[in-house]
Amino acid sequence: MTALTPAAAAAQIQQHFGVAPVVAGGELGVTLPRERWQEFARFAKNALECRYFNWLTAVDWKEQGLEILARLDNVEAPMAVTMRTRLEPGATHCPTVTGVFRGADWMERECYDMFGVVFDGHPDLRRILLGQDWEGHPLRKDYAVDTPQAPYR
Amino acid sequence: MEVKPPLPQVPPPVWGEFKDLQEWEKYHQERPTDDKTSEALTSIADAIQHFPGGWIVTTSTEKIFNWARKSSIWPVTFGLACCAIEMMATFASRFDVERFGMVPWASPRHSDLMIVSGTVTIKMAPMLKRIYDQMPDPKWVVSMGSCANSGGPFRHGYHVVKGVDRVVPVDVYVPGCPPTPDSLMYGLLKLQEQVAHFQQTGTRPAPAEPA
Repeated sequence: MTALTPAAAAAQIQQHFGVAPVVAGGELGVTLPRERWQEFARFAKNALECRYFNWLTAVDWKEQGLEILARLDNVEAPMAVTMRTRLEPGATHCPTVTGVFRGADWMERECYDMFGVVFDGHPDLRRILLGQDWEGHPLRKDYAVDTPQAPYR
Repeated sequence: MEVKPPLPQVPPPVWGEFKDLQEWEKYHQERPTDDKTSEALTSIADAIQHFPGGWIVTTSTEKIFNWARKSSIWPVTFGLACCAIEMMATFASRFDVERFGMVPWASPRHSDLMIVSGTVTIKMAPMLKRIYDQMPDPKWVVSMGSCANSGGPFRHGYHVVKGVDRVVPVDVYVPGCPPTPDSLMYGLLKLQEQVAHFQQTGTRPAPAEPA
């Protein structure tokens, strides 16, 4: 089996999703609409052979809304796809990719914990690092860090 | 304060210098007349009374108990972050706080001292309080390093208790990031000084309220 080249992968993405990936060496960056998030994850796993789910996180762009990022690695090629999607301002719902990558489970829980992104379809969406009684999502830009709260700070 | 004379030069216990075993034993059982700098007795030296015909130590119970307390402070083995590495070095043979009677002990129920070595997170604070509550009175707390003192570099983090004195009362603060073993030892000696003047009042100061 011949390893997939980044150029060929970019062409496949262009063909199936109609977006031109940003290619830098073995790194591909794809910006997707939220509806095709899950579909692209499955496509990347099966067609592009990106079987290693590296990480998932979010960026808070304040009034421009949240951005979700995930990096999928093809460790044989070697090649990596960074998939990203923008949520509308004020929106917090995003489809889950736990049905595709089981490793996304805790990553999405952490993202929920820190940014308050609700992953629709996640089997067990609880806080993972902070206590269950924590109020707010601390990596949001509007989270007041120095607010004194009883009993310890 | 009077200047203490240097230690008397004790001749080596060579058999040839003594007439017989009785004389050797007599030499070693008698306290030299000019030796007033014995380590165990200097701390209560002002209470030692010379009586004709022998040695009698009279002292107040508080003084002798405090002397015993300060000479056997057992810190509970409780490392939180990178300061714990320096704390371990302090416990180890190079610096060796066992000279001061401090044995790191793996149970809070037998311990007198808690060295809070590192960042206290809001999630960890209830556990720290619980370990502190398990220690028997009288007990002391040394806050080691910037994080335990005030939150340190993580003070503006969302998850850090801004000083362990918001959780438990602290007796000695040791600055540094992390403090060297020398700093920690200095803090522990300061604590010993503090313990030497300890008075049982039945109450402890409440932790400071957050501003």
